[in-house]
Amino acid sequence: MGMTQAERILARATGNESVVAGEFIVADIDLALLHDIFAAQVFDTLADVGFDDVFDPERTVVVIDHLVPAPSAEAAAIHQRIRDHVTRLGIEAFYDSGTGICHQLLPEHGHIRPGSLVVGTDSHTTTYGALGAGGTGIGTSDMVYALATGRLWFRVPETIRFELTGSLQPTVTWKDVILYLAGRFGADAAQYKAMEFGGEAASRADMSSRLTVANMAVEMGAKFGLFAADDITNSYLLDHGGIGCEPFGPHDDAVYETVHEISLSDLEPQIAMPNEVDRVGPIADAEGLTIQQAFLGSCTNGRIEDLRAAAEVLAGKHIAPGVRLLVVPASRDVLKEAMETGVLATLVDAGASVLPPGCGPCFGGHGGLMAPGERCIGTHNRNFIGRMGSPDAEIFLASPATVAASALAGAIADPRDQGVKHA
Amino acid sequence: MPETLVQGRVWRFGNDISTDVLSPGTYAVAPLEIRKLHVLESVNPVFASECQPGDVIVGGSNFGCGSSRETAPENLKAVGVACVVAESLARIFMRNAVAVGLPVLVCEGVHDVFEEGQVIAVDLATGAVTNRTTGDTYQGDSLPEEMRTILSAGGILEVLRTRANG
Repeated sequence: MGMTQAERILARATGNESVVAGEFIVADIDLALLHDIFAAQVFDTLADVGFDDVFDPERTVVVIDHLVPAPSAEAAAIHQRIRDHVTRLGIEAFYDSGTGICHQLLPEHGHIRPGSLVVGTDSHTTTYGALGAGGTGIGTSDMVYALATGRLWFRVPETIRFELTGSLQPTVTWKDVILYLAGRFGADAAQYKAMEFGGEAASRADMSSRLTVANMAVEMGAKFGLFAADDITNSYLLDHGGIGCEPFGPHDDAVYETVHEISLSDLEPQIAMPNEVDRVGPIADAEGLTIQQAFLGSCTNGRIEDLRAAAEVLAGKHIAPGVRLLVVPASRDVLKEAMETGVLATLVDAGASVLPPGCGPCFGGHGGLMAPGERCIGTHNRNFIGRMGSPDAEIFLASPATVAASALAGAIADPRDQGVKHA
Repeated sequence: MPETLVQGRVWRFGNDISTDVLSPGTYAVAPLEIRKLHVLESVNPVFASECQPGDVIVGGSNFGCGSSRETAPENLKAVGVACVVAESLARIFMRNAVAVGLPVLVCEGVHDVFEEGQVIAVDLATGAVTNRTTGDTYQGDSLPEEMRTILSAGGILEVLRTRANG
């Protein structure tokens, strides 16, 4: 019997010929990711329960990305502890404050291999499914266990496959696709399950788009959000780390819980409305609502392709009075490319504030929080109550082009109108 | 009372109670004693101060959705919550709850058959959920043995501690 991509990944990680959905297994971890919210605590606890080393320093990656630059003395002290631990444990893959967001850096620096099993102390670890890897989020205690033993228990997930066909219209993006899927199927549609994205449309999607979709698979509850590794993956890996890959995906006779066939040809720009990621409609549903903040960044949509899409809308124009446009490149490499290609100058000329690469406002940490009664449209992945500061602020989620068009208009706007329509 | 039985007063919450509600990002690295005071405050401002040890949360679907922050179940445990019973649980939240030793159970329909303040009894081994106030019993999903083993050890760190010392 053939296996889904998730089953193939977990079979390999357990050293078994095959595994089947529903089974409990103990798997070997290929890569463990920790970021600054949890790393110090995890390393402290690891020592406290009696382990002086991590299972493999070469398979452990640590990123300081959430509290950057340190917004408080406490955060700075946490970073200091992390640096001490990283040195003590001999972890070389350490990305210090300002390098970028973990889910951008790991693919960018060639850490993610198709077919591998990656755990991270972050729910958006599903992002690595863009490269055909089984990436999934775990908590700090599970991470302590994984670092101590190199292994962790899993339930082999059932898989929902999305066969995506057709071609996206101009200004409609893969962010709109994943928002649409969340809206249509719901925030817990893939609870405890894996999602596979296939079909001719998925096979044409560039890596930046795949990263956006896999990133948000967790917003539908998914354990993994998987694309097959193909020529596009191979080219990306050759450009990032220099080691290409063989094709890797599900078996042709894999058994799925459900297969959804969806044409993307008629899809309109989508928007998620407060306070749930699955409260989604076409842009017209929210058009005209005034905004105070527009946010372009995050591990979902902070790549050069996203900044460029926004710059195309904003070129030669200026954002509306009363709007704060925050731009947070996902990594220093993205920032550099945006500088060298003129994208950054276009954004700044349009009135953007550029923040250093990191997570900042997206998780409500610092650097762009919201007051009661304010409204933000952002390219990020969550609009839950209190996500960006006040519980009485409203958050809308959309594509970079929609966010840029809205910043121009001072109100939520359709990117197909290039933001010239004022509310 | 057998070890797998939990009984307490009900606090009721709706669908999609997120980790941003259970553990707001603004207090991400605050100490537990401060962090726990903000658990669920954006949907019920008195919960953190009035929750008593042994109280049980009855939730809707997708309880605990969002981030991987283990502080979400940790905050609940710290204010005294003895168990979370919900229509469905977000995957990472369920994992984290087990990892920190907070019992959880999925029971379809549970949200609509309890009222705030009623008394609930939950048998983790069989999945039986009883409304002690009305006397009605409902069948939830019993926890897999793998998870119950971790829970009864007091969390996955205790499992590891035993292993390090063994």
